[in-house]
Amino acid sequence: MKKTILAILMVLPTLAMASGGAHLDKVDYDLHNKESLQSGARLFVNYCLSCHSAAYQRYNRMAEDIGLTESQVTSNLMFASEKVGETMTVAMTTDDAKIYFGTKVPDLSVVARARGADWLYTYLRTFHTDSSRPFGVNNTAFKDVGMPHVLWELEGMKKLVNADEMQKHPGTAPKFEVVSKGKMSAAEYDNAMRDLTAFMVYMGEPAKLVRYELGVYVLIFLFLLFLVAYPMKKEFWKDIH
Amino acid sequence: MEMLMNTLKSLMGWVDARFPATKLWEEHLSKYYAPKNFNFWYFFGSLALLVLVIQVVTGIFLTMHYKPDAALAFASVEYIMRDVNWGWLIRYMHSTGASAFFIVVYLHMFRGLMYGSFKKPRELIWLFGMFIFLALMAEAFMGYLLPWGQMSYWGAQVIVNLFGAIPFVGDELSIWIRGDYVISDATLNRFFAFHVAAVPMVIIGLVVAHIIALHEVGSNNPDGVEIKKNKGADGIPLDGIPFHPYYSVKDIVGVIVFMMFFAAIMFFGPEMGGYFLEHANFIPADPLKTPEHIAPVWYFTPFYTMLRAVPDPFLGVVAMGGGVVILAFLPWIDNNPIKSIRYRSMLHKINLFFFVAVFFYIGYLGVKAPEPVLSELGLRFSEVYFVFFYVLWFHSKTRDAKFSYMSLIGWLGLFSLNDFARYVEGSGELMMIGWLIPAIYLAVMFLAPLYTNLNAEKAVPERVTG
Repeated sequence: MKKTILAILMVLPTLAMASGGAHLDKVDYDLHNKESLQSGARLFVNYCLSCHSAAYQRYNRMAEDIGLTESQVTSNLMFASEKVGETMTVAMTTDDAKIYFGTKVPDLSVVARARGADWLYTYLRTFHTDSSRPFGVNNTAFKDVGMPHVLWELEGMKKLVNADEMQKHPGTAPKFEVVSKGKMSAAEYDNAMRDLTAFMVYMGEPAKLVRYELGVYVLIFLFLLFLVAYPMKKEFWKDIH
Repeated sequence: MEMLMNTLKSLMGWVDARFPATKLWEEHLSKYYAPKNFNFWYFFGSLALLVLVIQVVTGIFLTMHYKPDAALAFASVEYIMRDVNWGWLIRYMHSTGASAFFIVVYLHMFRGLMYGSFKKPRELIWLFGMFIFLALMAEAFMGYLLPWGQMSYWGAQVIVNLFGAIPFVGDELSIWIRGDYVISDATLNRFFAFHVAAVPMVIIGLVVAHIIALHEVGSNNPDGVEIKKNKGADGIPLDGIPFHPYYSVKDIVGVIVFMMFFAAIMFFGPEMGGYFLEHANFIPADPLKTPEHIAPVWYFTPFYTMLRAVPDPFLGVVAMGGGVVILAFLPWIDNNPIKSIRYRSMLHKINLFFFVAVFFYIGYLGVKAPEPVLSELGLRFSEVYFVFFYVLWFHSKTRDAKFSYMSLIGWLGLFSLNDFARYVEGSGELMMIGWLIPAIYLAVMFLAPLYTNLNAEKAVPERVTG
């Protein structure tokens, strides 16, 4: 037993990972909250899906997973495609995107897996005015990003007030001051961005909705198997020890 | 009932007259006598076989849906994750299996190191094992390109470029491997061929050879006692028990416990915090955009640190390759007649566990960005990694004071010479502190036998204990 613990301890140190870099706000989302996912989906198709595609996400799969009917999706959430079995593609070509934004626009299907939920949540909430940038905004999580603040009508505009401090001490949380108000209050906007983040986390890996539960059943099954196998071993080995 | 048994018996007789079915069963299972004192560490051989089966079976299902084409590969993996029934489960089994394979194999190798399982007459078992390890590394490396993410692409770019460091033929060789000037569709296609056909066949062949060699000489055990030296009147080793049913029922328990860990990772954290599936690999491969930080998957990182420890590219490749190949020579390096760590000296135990700690630590350094302090530590602990093998040889027998001091001065002189060669203004302090790492290690290992009784060994028992 001691040796078993030792063996496990020996594997552990490689799993500890130190992280550095920009400050990220923690997001507390719930993938089992269908309303949150639906609200996130609404934001996604309205604000993201005109430039960004999600080419691996099917509309009907989304309907099933977030608790909507196919007709609800077709009439409310589907602007860019014809059939509910299609994936979330956009009309804008890569060449067009290069002219509009100076870069290609990334597909967002698995962006939550590449960047992490906290990063997305922080990124969506840290756009601020910056007259030196082509769209007049910059972002503290993604410096000099080529994207305009597409959610400005919801959030309004704000300016960064502690840029110097952030430069001196990397990892400092940004502080903002409201420049112009949007349709939502700060708390409402945070909630909306939490929903959008939750939706993108779901979209990054739809299997996440089922794998935890299935995992519990598999572990219970293996445990029951162990309860049979271990006494069997004991029985066979009785005459050896 | 009796009639049925008779029919089965005569059917078996019919088969046995044409194919040695019963003979094989008896030789390798029901009459293969294994020492009765196998402990925890002896699970990992059968577990490695289990993981091999998992990888082959899940791999076959993945090839049914995966597209080895630079334009389609990334999307086809996502297609497997979303649109293929249970595709996500099959893919996670395969990706978790890859890391599990290395965990199990590293533990299996460590077992061999602890109990001297590579020593005479088991040198060939160890060599076959080393070839399996090499083939496994190739298999893992080429498999990692297939999802065609950023880390797949740039990891492969870095590793294939290493061949370019070989004098004279390097450039041509790396182009020949890639089939192009950069990693491209041609590379993806050939890596796919190697990953799903060529290398698995080699691995399976080597595993068969590994097991045949093992069953020819018989298993070692935690006491390092040859059970064949003590046979009963019936010719059966007194401390041996038939593999089947004793170890088959025991290994089933091991398999179930292993599957619990495996399932826990697969269902609750298949990315393992970015170590089993790297975050950047969820961004499609982009030949025009180099990621900020290219880190290999965890199981290669100790050797990656050795590569980075040497500034000259070619010598770095030699160091990295040497770090793997030197393990193959263990049967001729560790000449101490005592096999098991149980009866070796305290100093040997310290040496071996320190080696394991060093291996973990340089593995950890391999995922970190090469900042000055970490690079220095990477070099120092890589030095310790290599000189460990000399120490192992040194501890094979009692050495006199002159030879001990000569060894100490020789190695430290060599390391100091390297320090002079790489000295630049301002690096002195870090270098001197770093120098202490191999210096203290070697001083303890070479001089302790002279002044302490840490090198005292115990008598090996006649028969296995426990």
